[in-house]
Amino acid sequence: MSTPTAAPTREQQLAHLRDRARFVRTETVRLTRIAGAGHYSAVFSCAELLAVLYYAQLRLDPARPDGPERDRFVMSKGHAAIGLYPVLADLGFFDPAELDTYTRLGSAFGDHPDMKRIPGVDFSSGSLGHGLSICVGMALAGRLSGLDSRTYCLLGDAELAEGQVWEAAMAASHYGLGNLVAVVDANQLGIDGFVRDVMATEPIDERFAAFGWDTRRVDGHDVGALLDVFAGLPHSATGRPQLVVADTVKGRGSARMELSPDWHVGNLAGVDYDDVMAELAAGLAPRESR
Amino acid sequence: MSTDTQDQSEIFNGTASVGLRDARSVDGTDTRAIPAFVFGEELADLADQDPRIVVLTADLGRSNRATDFAARHPQRFVNAGIAEKNMITMAAGMASCGYIPFAATFGAFAALLGAEQIRTDCAYPNMPVRVVGHHSGMSMGFYGTSHHSLEDLAMMRSIADLTVVCATDAQHLRAVLRLALEHPGAMYIRLGRGRDPEVYGEVPDLVLGRAETVRDGADLTIVTTGSEVHPALQAAEALAADGIEARVLDMWTVSPLDRDAVLDAARSTGAVLTVEEANVTGGLGSAVAECLSDAGIAVPFRRHGVPDEHVPVGPPAALYAHYRLDGPGIADVARELLATSRGTSS
Repeated sequence: MSTPTAAPTREQQLAHLRDRARFVRTETVRLTRIAGAGHYSAVFSCAELLAVLYYAQLRLDPARPDGPERDRFVMSKGHAAIGLYPVLADLGFFDPAELDTYTRLGSAFGDHPDMKRIPGVDFSSGSLGHGLSICVGMALAGRLSGLDSRTYCLLGDAELAEGQVWEAAMAASHYGLGNLVAVVDANQLGIDGFVRDVMATEPIDERFAAFGWDTRRVDGHDVGALLDVFAGLPHSATGRPQLVVADTVKGRGSARMELSPDWHVGNLAGVDYDDVMAELAAGLAPRESR
Repeated sequence: MSTDTQDQSEIFNGTASVGLRDARSVDGTDTRAIPAFVFGEELADLADQDPRIVVLTADLGRSNRATDFAARHPQRFVNAGIAEKNMITMAAGMASCGYIPFAATFGAFAALLGAEQIRTDCAYPNMPVRVVGHHSGMSMGFYGTSHHSLEDLAMMRSIADLTVVCATDAQHLRAVLRLALEHPGAMYIRLGRGRDPEVYGEVPDLVLGRAETVRDGADLTIVTTGSEVHPALQAAEALAADGIEARVLDMWTVSPLDRDAVLDAARSTGAVLTVEEANVTGGLGSAVAECLSDAGIAVPFRRHGVPDEHVPVGPPAALYAHYRLDGPGIADVARELLATSRGTSS
């Protein structure tokens, strides 16, 4: 803690969260260079979400990564794991130096997260559409064990085309899992283009509401709004499951990547690497100015 | 329960109405002398002592008798509805929180529909999920290909870190379920119709990965599993009347295979016949063939099972006879194998 004697002001807290979102983006760019290719833009869209969840919302103890009373987080959009690894290292789950093995032969850190190798990863993921089912199981287990922990699931909007998501959504409300929070990073793009063109999944909130969920929509790049939404979620072991749709921009933070289908997977080399790093280090500029 | 003790003779004679509560009889086979599915009852007994056990099903609790578990442990029973993929992945999520979930549905839907969930969510992260595929093989008879699981053994045994076992009869199933509580990784447990003829008079003392020799003999070995163990023993009886002594190996753990038992069978009996209620492509027979081939052992050998085709409509008993997977059929195939080997060696 940098301020052990006084609680930070809200402005200080928001500045810290913005800084951590910036850290998520720059680390993603740095680690991708080790691999030679990677998912930048799907991390950039959820950088503020990861910052707010991990630095303000989740109940975690890095010294006890398997503590049964902890909150769970499952990155159902597993290809954004490269943005999660630096956060876990930063919080003390493991030595940040280990990140430099990213994707090299035998590394714990691949494109998709491995719960067996990485402290703080609550479940392995990668195959889209599975994460919410994992979380329904975790939420059921938490309630059965009498714990007041919560389970959070981060999904993509394109991922919602997977039928299993809706099997899980149905089960979550059927079993009254008020300890379950699904967060959709609605960044508008899949691999082949805009979600609305490839396979429309909107209106996401209305669809989940029809499945028996409480729903909210929020600007997913506004750390203050995210902070308030998560802090305001009701928490019960038997109520309605909670959905937060975060409206985001895929590639947010890098002008060349924002809403560009060309950057789902890519590699920044040479001067482009330096340019994007400088752009990200400056923090988010208003999109209207671009 | 009243449905257990109902005299089914009228049902099979077609003189009584059969409702869903008599689900065990819907395949049209007379199973009057066979004990009811012990799956739910045994797990309920175990759960009295072990708080880790939870049971999931996909709207088939009446069929697999998970209802017997639900009646005694309602808080630990989860019906996923007709959503098998969600059921298996939910089970994995529960397993990550310290539970041992048994997720049961027809083998066709457990293994074929849920294959990717079994691999990615259960086997790869080493979750102690027990995916239970019942009414496996072609035991659904005239319900047809959509309800048959003749590919599950091949598919499941190709998944790394997945233990694949078949239950032979009621007592054997009890042993498998007890043993499943101690195994750390993921398992696929393949069951028959739940009213399988008795092979084991009492609950056997099993070791995972070790085949059971249910009959010894010196002239050939029948390596079989699950529903085919009983007819293989019938075949061995018939062969004995001809002066042929067959060893019968219950290869109840299909993966990892008991290679020592296979190699010893080949060396000490000189001929190997595999018998399985599955497509012969990739299943137990393939596993045994790979084992023998890798060891450089050439003995008279035949894979016997369902050929690589979709089976015709028919009651289970008729299908077993059609494919010579009943006692007399297996005995005939064994005689052919031995005759062929004598012909080639002379």
